[in-house]
Amino acid sequence: MATVFSSPESALVLGRPSLAEVTRTVAGIVERRTPRAWWVAFALTGSLTLVLLAMLGYLVSTGIGVWGNNSPVGWAFDITNFVFWIGIGHAGTLISAILYLFRQRWRTSINRFAEAMTLFAVACAAIFPMFHVGRPWRAYWLFPAPNAWLGLWPNFRSPLIWDVFAVSTYGTVSLLFWYVGLIPDLATLRDRAQSRARQVIYGVLSLGWRGSARHWNHYEMAYLLLAGLSTPLVLSVHSIVSFDFAVSLLPGWHTTIFPPYFVAGAIFSGFAMVVTLMVVARQAFGLQHLVTMKHLENMNKVMLATGLIVGYAYGVEFFIAWYSGNPYERFAFVNRALGPYGWAYWIMVAANVLAPQCFWFRRVRTSLPAMFLISILVNLGMWFERFVIIVSSLHRDFLPSAWGMFRPTWVDLLTLAGSFGLFLTLFLLFVRFLPLISMSEVKGMMAAREGV
Amino acid sequence: MPYSHKLHAGNLGIDCRYCHTGVEQSAQAGVPAAEICMNCHARVRSQSPLLAKVRESYQSGRPVPWVRIHRLPDYVHFNHQAHVLAGVSCAACHGRVDQMAEVRQVAPLSMAWCLDCHRDPAPYLRPPELVTRLDWQPERDPREIGSELMAARGIRPPLQCSGCHR
Amino acid sequence: MNGRRYWRSLGQRQDSPEFRQWLEREFPQLASEWTGSRRTLLRLMAASFGLAGLTACRRPAERILPAGRGIEGYVPGRPLYYATIMTLSGLATGLLVETHEGRPTKIEGNPEHPSSRGAATAFAQAAILGLYDPDRSRSVLRQGRRSSWEELAGFLPSHFRAAGRGEGLWVVSSAIGSPTLARLKALLLEKYPRARWIEYEPLGREQEWEGSRLAFGRALQPQLRLDQAEVILSLDADFLGLDCLAPAWIQDFARRRRISSPGGGMNRLYVVETAYSLTGAMADHRRRARPSEIPALAQELARALGLAGELPVLQPGPPRTWAEAVARDLRRHPGRCLVLAGPRQPAAVHALVHWINHALGNVGRTVHYTEPPVQTQAEGLRDLAAEAASGGLRTLVILGGNPVYDAPADLDFSTVMRKAPVSIHLGPEADETAALASWHVPEAHFLESWGDGRALDGTASIQQPLIEPLFGGKTAGELAAWIAGHPRQRAYDLVRDYWTARWPKGDAERLWQRSLHDGVIPETAFPAVRPVLDEPRLRALLAAPLPAGEELEVTFLPSASTYDGRFANNGWLQEAPEPITKLTWDNAALISPATARRLGLEAGDLAALERAGRRIVMPVWIQPGHADGAVSLTLGYGRLRCGRVGRGIGHNAYPLRLGGPSPHPAGLRLSKLGRKYPLAVTQEHHSMEGRPLVREATLDEFRRNPDFTAREGPKVERFSLFREHAYTQGHQWGMAVDLNACIGCNACLLACQAENNIPIVGKEQVRRGREMHWIRLDRYYAGGEDDPQVVWQPVACQQCEMAPCETVCPVAATNHSPEGLNDMTYNRCIGTRYCANNCPYKVRRFNFLDYHKGLEEIHKMAYNPDVTVRMRGVMEKCTYCVQRIEEKRIQAKAEGRRPLRDGEILTACQQTCPAEAIVFGDLNDPESRVSRLKRDPRNYSLLGELNTRPRTSYLAKLRNPNPELEGLESS
Repeated sequence: MATVFSSPESALVLGRPSLAEVTRTVAGIVERRTPRAWWVAFALTGSLTLVLLAMLGYLVSTGIGVWGNNSPVGWAFDITNFVFWIGIGHAGTLISAILYLFRQRWRTSINRFAEAMTLFAVACAAIFPMFHVGRPWRAYWLFPAPNAWLGLWPNFRSPLIWDVFAVSTYGTVSLLFWYVGLIPDLATLRDRAQSRARQVIYGVLSLGWRGSARHWNHYEMAYLLLAGLSTPLVLSVHSIVSFDFAVSLLPGWHTTIFPPYFVAGAIFSGFAMVVTLMVVARQAFGLQHLVTMKHLENMNKVMLATGLIVGYAYGVEFFIAWYSGNPYERFAFVNRALGPYGWAYWIMVAANVLAPQCFWFRRVRTSLPAMFLISILVNLGMWFERFVIIVSSLHRDFLPSAWGMFRPTWVDLLTLAGSFGLFLTLFLLFVRFLPLISMSEVKGMMAAREGV
Repeated sequence: MPYSHKLHAGNLGIDCRYCHTGVEQSAQAGVPAAEICMNCHARVRSQSPLLAKVRESYQSGRPVPWVRIHRLPDYVHFNHQAHVLAGVSCAACHGRVDQMAEVRQVAPLSMAWCLDCHRDPAPYLRPPELVTRLDWQPERDPREIGSELMAARGIRPPLQCSGCHR
Repeated sequence: MNGRRYWRSLGQRQDSPEFRQWLEREFPQLASEWTGSRRTLLRLMAASFGLAGLTACRRPAERILPAGRGIEGYVPGRPLYYATIMTLSGLATGLLVETHEGRPTKIEGNPEHPSSRGAATAFAQAAILGLYDPDRSRSVLRQGRRSSWEELAGFLPSHFRAAGRGEGLWVVSSAIGSPTLARLKALLLEKYPRARWIEYEPLGREQEWEGSRLAFGRALQPQLRLDQAEVILSLDADFLGLDCLAPAWIQDFARRRRISSPGGGMNRLYVVETAYSLTGAMADHRRRARPSEIPALAQELARALGLAGELPVLQPGPPRTWAEAVARDLRRHPGRCLVLAGPRQPAAVHALVHWINHALGNVGRTVHYTEPPVQTQAEGLRDLAAEAASGGLRTLVILGGNPVYDAPADLDFSTVMRKAPVSIHLGPEADETAALASWHVPEAHFLESWGDGRALDGTASIQQPLIEPLFGGKTAGELAAWIAGHPRQRAYDLVRDYWTARWPKGDAERLWQRSLHDGVIPETAFPAVRPVLDEPRLRALLAAPLPAGEELEVTFLPSASTYDGRFANNGWLQEAPEPITKLTWDNAALISPATARRLGLEAGDLAALERAGRRIVMPVWIQPGHADGAVSLTLGYGRLRCGRVGRGIGHNAYPLRLGGPSPHPAGLRLSKLGRKYPLAVTQEHHSMEGRPLVREATLDEFRRNPDFTAREGPKVERFSLFREHAYTQGHQWGMAVDLNACIGCNACLLACQAENNIPIVGKEQVRRGREMHWIRLDRYYAGGEDDPQVVWQPVACQQCEMAPCETVCPVAATNHSPEGLNDMTYNRCIGTRYCANNCPYKVRRFNFLDYHKGLEEIHKMAYNPDVTVRMRGVMEKCTYCVQRIEEKRIQAKAEGRRPLRDGEILTACQQTCPAEAIVFGDLNDPESRVSRLKRDPRNYSLLGELNTRPRTSYLAKLRNPNPELEGLESS
């Protein structure tokens, strides 16, 4: 159990700031004049977002043929990106909900940040199922809307339908959770606001929060309930995403280990993304004393743990493939490691299993450049994990006569890049206009400690 | 050009099949050739200006461009022959054409609507020889009549997709 | 066959004005015939009626356009069937053509015709697309510029009035099988006695007739009875593939492969060949040999059979052992065996083969001789070239064919053309020859013109048109009649006159009608002749020394896609994978793996090939099982003046092909260029990876354990999480494919493409793995790469009872019908492709792009109105031709709700299969053919262990090897 103020490396808040100072630092970021660096970054990511829109426009107007997908490889970058982004979206809720229920106080200064990231990741993820279909203008048939003209329902046996439910629920709950958590801070911003516009906007958003005892009472209750609600979701979403594969009969997909394996992987990649962004953000906005080495170190520990789980899963897959005695299964895994897409497999292993091992060493765990590099490697590795699972399983299945290869087109690549553009753009907007650290919680934590 | 089903089918009581010759032999009911109009109009109203187009078409062999009222999308394969021979009345889909001066679409022709009948055809069936008797009123409960016909003739409308979509 | 009901109306309307009017209105005002609601077509019609642009809308403001006058006995919306013929290299095969509202949409074989017996080849199937090819020449050309029929009509008579007795008048035509045209040829030569008429086919069979001249002193056509032969030896004769002169051969052969019980027997096939052919793939023993080695083998065989020559021709070694073993096997089956030689073999080999068959007592049993239905004289072109060189050539008339492109290279036909003061070319397209001709005359397609022709056995048939010529166009007969100044000049009159003149007055009309309806003219087959063998000359032949072999020999093959180049503009054929190599949209120089290693070549390397001072560049393809030290070049590609589809596709091999009295493989030089060329293949992996996909055994193994298929496959445990359907009610459709009969020709693939409106995607898309064919002919190699065996497996949707695709579709666009069909509903599909991912057979095809976009309107006339044209973004797949099932079901109801008969419903692939390898029917009827096949011990399900319960199953392949030859193949 870490203490709030103590030795620098283990402290959750450094330098004994007063509560007012906390407010000033965090709210200051939002109130200060927009720094030039922000504009530069925004221009960059904004144009990437435009690339994404252009690619999607081209796709819808021309057809899936603009991607490299083919027969037998019906899914490639599209679903890879989807699973990748959904995975990223896991850290937020995990940190906010589960760590909250477990009273892990070190979550406080990073949860807001992580939740925002979750939302944006889910937004990016949602694009791909929508646009990977051949006739996007009919994608609404995926939703169980009563239809008087056709009198048809979706096929509830299909994992893709389960996906629709899982992801949309997850998105909704995360959004609520995030917003409820924001309310007290929005009120703070409202009260500190100089311009009329800000007063109005933050005023409306803070839903008339006055900070009365009753407010706090209801707030805490609501927050607790939402935490309870979203906890199972953290586990359910990626389990269900994994069913897309596990429920099929394709060697390399048809695996019972997928749900836990996917959830662990998701948390793994989610934390990696939080670290990547946090390392940058805390430097950029001078939050070293609120987001301390302790936070980062803890997250690196989680990455180490989940990384080990993922590594274990890779191993077990091979063991089972051999142990099952199923020739197709065996071939699928030999082909995965030694086939034409072997290179992707080994990138995955190196980045997801080997790289995190460095976190055994405290010096690495606490070194900003090291963790920055490793977290990026992990994200790369996790993208390739999905690529390997999807493409290398599809391209060689049962009938050798139907085997083929997938080669991405420039549209594939730009769409992937564009999705990062969208993610980062949303993120920049967030850090510019909303408090990226939960002031109320930090203060609460400090207060609880000080007995003020 | 104007053509009144009310006058021809209603008042004059001409049977549907006199003009729509294909309805019992083909997927398509068929729209009559000018020739068929001329069978009567060679004598009746032979000089009427209203019929100029028909006469012209009969002479030149160039068709009269009738406007299509009942349309199904490309991917739906409806077969008149099958329905008429099973005892589905013209009126079931086209309504009381014999009362329409200008034909309009009365049924939605939606898939849900088709399925209502395909799932439970009994109330909509009648003895095949009566399908063109648009004014026919069953003297008993139509469901009874339908059920008997289904039993007697083994009528089982397709419910699978390929019944209509090929 | 509905034909019966309808022929009269056509027959009687022959000359009546309304019939003419009807034909004339066929196009472009086609819709005037058509009063119904086949929407895809309506859009086309609407457009041709000036409501253009509506094709784009999903719901155009449609007009119904009924005929001004009805046509007696014709019900809009119901297909009509007419019998006609297709002629290739002068030989006719009978067809039955389906028309909708006056447009031909589908071709089937004519069951009454002795040569096709209900089967149609890939070329015949694709002819529909050829008919609607917008690139066919549409007008008369003069010096390559647009001219008119009037101008031609002005020129021809005056020109030929000045032709005197025909000095310097040369006519080059394709092979003439048509009796009418033969008669016109005679008339023309009577009128111009000094003129010369040469029949030329690039893939002519001169060597065969020369061979029979050597053996019998006269040109004769061997007529095969493959159904009578226990043992067959083919010397480079691809008699099941592109050297097949009648689909009936395949049927006869396949019937002797079909084996119902372990007790039954099957024939044994030996093949000696250079490249891998369909026949080679069926062989029980295949011996690869360089072209020069085959005559030697033939002589060795003759010696081993004790015909002549006491001394062995071959050195001791495998080839000789092989020949001797085969000889013994043949001798064990006197009168029940057959030896064949292919058109690429020199006359001497053919002569020898005649002798061998004679000696084995096969004549009159497995083979008999008749007059040849066609004869060509390629060497006549040499005289023509000489005359041109000497300046004697005045007028050159080319009645069909494209000699500038395909004449022997050493004749340099283009200079001949340039030397001719006047040259008139009749052809379907403005091709290489048209470009050099002073006049080009559009030739009518066989589906739009009157004519006649003879099948291999001489049976004559009338070729009746299904539609008025779309772009005008005349037939060879019409042009010949015109030139000969014949009084009657319409093809219909010419043909009808010819035949009615041969019939008793009173009977003529009846016989004419009957011939039109049946598609054959009674009692026209050639009688058998019993020729005398000229043994002394044959002995002399055997004594003659054989030309020595070379390090790198060359042989030229017809193309399975373009034949001799004439089908180059047919997208269906171009995209149909070459059966063995699986190449599409290209040809390549085929070499063996060993030769490739020797020359340091890889598949796709560009190589320069030089011969007799001519040089071509071609990509190399490595063909397992190809003879070492030889290169096989596929003809018919690299057309430069051709429609948009075929222009510049592949590489032209004709420049290396020399004429001369006998084919010689010598003088080829091959050098690597160090550049790659992209080739599009539809199958990239060729081994079964030890999986029990195609199950195979020898006849003996099968007799010893008839249930070997069950043993080869893994145990199947029937267990399912879902509620199981009991498929016991009504019809339950299923299919059985006999791998022992399937010869791997593409007929089913093209029949399916024509029946189901399957789009062409083009080379680039094929390279990306997006070909749309609903049925795939998987070809696997078994054994070492140097000399493997080939097995076939046609794979279409298996219509699984526990279909993996159905459970995963999120919008329920693919569902199971109560009759066990795996229905695919295009208009519900949103295109997640999940079904395709989850299909273990990978038979689902996705419209990655809008492959029907940008087609010329006329192209759409080939569409089958009973099948939806799929838009981009939706999945599609084999449906067991559900539209045919429904059609027959409704027909049966209309005919007093009678039950469907077994064999009444034929899928497109089944109907056209010349080997009768595909059987479709009702599994709930224990007596149906398919049910009986499913009880066959050889029956097994592909990937049955996945518990998908496919409705399509396969009958294991059997081979019938000669025990004496154990272990000799690998050498």
